[in-house]
Amino acid sequence: MTSTLTPVRSKRSALTKGQLPKYAPYVVLAAALIIGAAIMALVGFNAFGWGIVSALLFAIGLVSWSAASEGSRKAKDKLATCLVVGSFLVALLPLVSVIWTVLVNGVPGLLAPGFLSTSMNGVTGVYDNRAVEEGAPVLGGIYHALLGTVQITLLATLISVPVGLLTAIYLVEYGNDGRLARAITFFVDVMTGIPSIVAGLFAAAFFFAVVGPGTKTGAVAAVALSVLMIPVVVRSSEEMLKIVPNELREASYALGVRKWRTIVKVVIPTAISGIASGVTLAIARVIGETAPILVTAGFATSINSNVFSGWMASLPTFIYTQILNPTSPANPDPSNQRAWGAALVLIILVMVLNLAARLIARVFAPKTGR
Amino acid sequence: MSKRIDVKDLNVYYGDFLAVEDVTINIEAKSVTAFIGPSGCGKSTFLRTLNRMHEVLPGARVEGEVLLDGDNLYGAGVDPVTVRSQIGMVFQRPNPFPTMSIRDNVLAGVKLNNKKISKGEADVLVERSLKGANLWNEVKDRLDKPGSGLSGGQQQRLCIARAIAVEPQVILMDEPCSALDPISTLAIEDLINELKDQYTVVIVTHNMQQAARVSDKTAFFNIAGTGKPGKLIEFGDTHTMFSNPAQKATEDYVSGRFG
Repeated sequence: MTSTLTPVRSKRSALTKGQLPKYAPYVVLAAALIIGAAIMALVGFNAFGWGIVSALLFAIGLVSWSAASEGSRKAKDKLATCLVVGSFLVALLPLVSVIWTVLVNGVPGLLAPGFLSTSMNGVTGVYDNRAVEEGAPVLGGIYHALLGTVQITLLATLISVPVGLLTAIYLVEYGNDGRLARAITFFVDVMTGIPSIVAGLFAAAFFFAVVGPGTKTGAVAAVALSVLMIPVVVRSSEEMLKIVPNELREASYALGVRKWRTIVKVVIPTAISGIASGVTLAIARVIGETAPILVTAGFATSINSNVFSGWMASLPTFIYTQILNPTSPANPDPSNQRAWGAALVLIILVMVLNLAARLIARVFAPKTGR
Repeated sequence: MSKRIDVKDLNVYYGDFLAVEDVTINIEAKSVTAFIGPSGCGKSTFLRTLNRMHEVLPGARVEGEVLLDGDNLYGAGVDPVTVRSQIGMVFQRPNPFPTMSIRDNVLAGVKLNNKKISKGEADVLVERSLKGANLWNEVKDRLDKPGSGLSGGQQQRLCIARAIAVEPQVILMDEPCSALDPISTLAIEDLINELKDQYTVVIVTHNMQQAARVSDKTAFFNIAGTGKPGKLIEFGDTHTMFSNPAQKATEDYVSGRFG
């Protein structure tokens, strides 16, 4: 059928320019690492400096090789690639470093017997001294703090989600960008910027005034956290409701469906995956708050399963007190170990919540497929 | 099961802007009426006033009367929800509910209003509506699959099935074929021809051949210039409108001299 009219050019195609061989980046990287090591050996070796010098050498080497054999356009492309990848690595560094540090320091604490199932009740400096001096197992755990964190956060979520979601519904569906809606948006923005300690003081002062001076319970902490959570929930739900296409609302109205039913049965189900993941991220945001819990729920070493009475421990305040006031001032190592273990549990909690958010988003997402 | 619509001296506003001026038109029951005209002349806006969808937009309002078999849609105490359950609408872009299956999309008008319906009745209603929209044979084996997985033309027929499932008196269609390919368009035009045995159909279209093919009566809307209100120029039998229109502007438009 088809025939090639002009013979295939046997030498290099006229459409191509010089190209770097595929192995070029690896060669340059190896050279950069070696030369970098040599330079660092001259001025005194350290790994951090080695990384920076090698990265610079790699970028310079690859770009100038590319400029020599491929031309300036390809060289610019290589330079941009180096910059983008470099910034990515720089951004990733703290994250990896944090996770690594917490893992290394936290795993021994997490693996200590009874860490997740006992409280600090009755664990005194005597036991810690014995653990350090005689090698006895480190006693005490975070059960009370874990229970407190879960209960306080749950109660805060129960307060924030209805308030936040209903506010977002008002803003998107009924507000019409009127005076009240604009005022609410303004105050929500202001609330986003409230320092968390101020939210804690507000909740504490509020309960002191209403219930009685010195009221410190998990519920007060939950109120403080919901002050921080509500603006986040409002903002994320508002964005999610806004991107529900107006066509769906009109389709529903055109079937003779009332507005509130349209919102409940069409708009919210369409946006629910985004709302759910927004709520989960808001929880992740407040679960690590320390200051507002310290001033509202105080600190406890024993198990308290009633959010409405008595001081309550939580993971962040547990970490704070273990580091600042070790159980045995003479031997702070067991306390440090427990604090790092609690930090690891906190990070795992947040990570689980993030994964849950993704899962929820996937489960609720509008279905596609044939 | 179909009613006529009489419009008297209707002015349509977006805020202070007069979008459509002084329309008087009588739409017969069990017929297909097409609205044609250049873009921006207010055909769609006017269509949306016929089931009070216009006022969904902020600031939109209407002056004048729209009578559905003698009852004024804009009379005092009239609930727009009642109006819309009698006058259904199909939109330019197919908009099945993405969270619902094909079956639930058809039943949306019933289920969203929380009416109780037995499974047997629901099955009958789904089959009748989908058959009425010429979609039954294509989807009967996958009623539980999401409606958004259908092709554009199928989605549009699903939307028509959804509209006729609530058994309206009138069906309004706002350029129902403009996002569809010729084969799907043909399927919908055939469907419109069948629908007029039971319903009053009003269709807005940019395609004059389509208006000529499907409609009994045609209304030509025009606009004097940007910022000016749209007006009804001429209304009459489709055949007359395309072969021997009374107005010069209509003749220019249907013969392709402008617009």
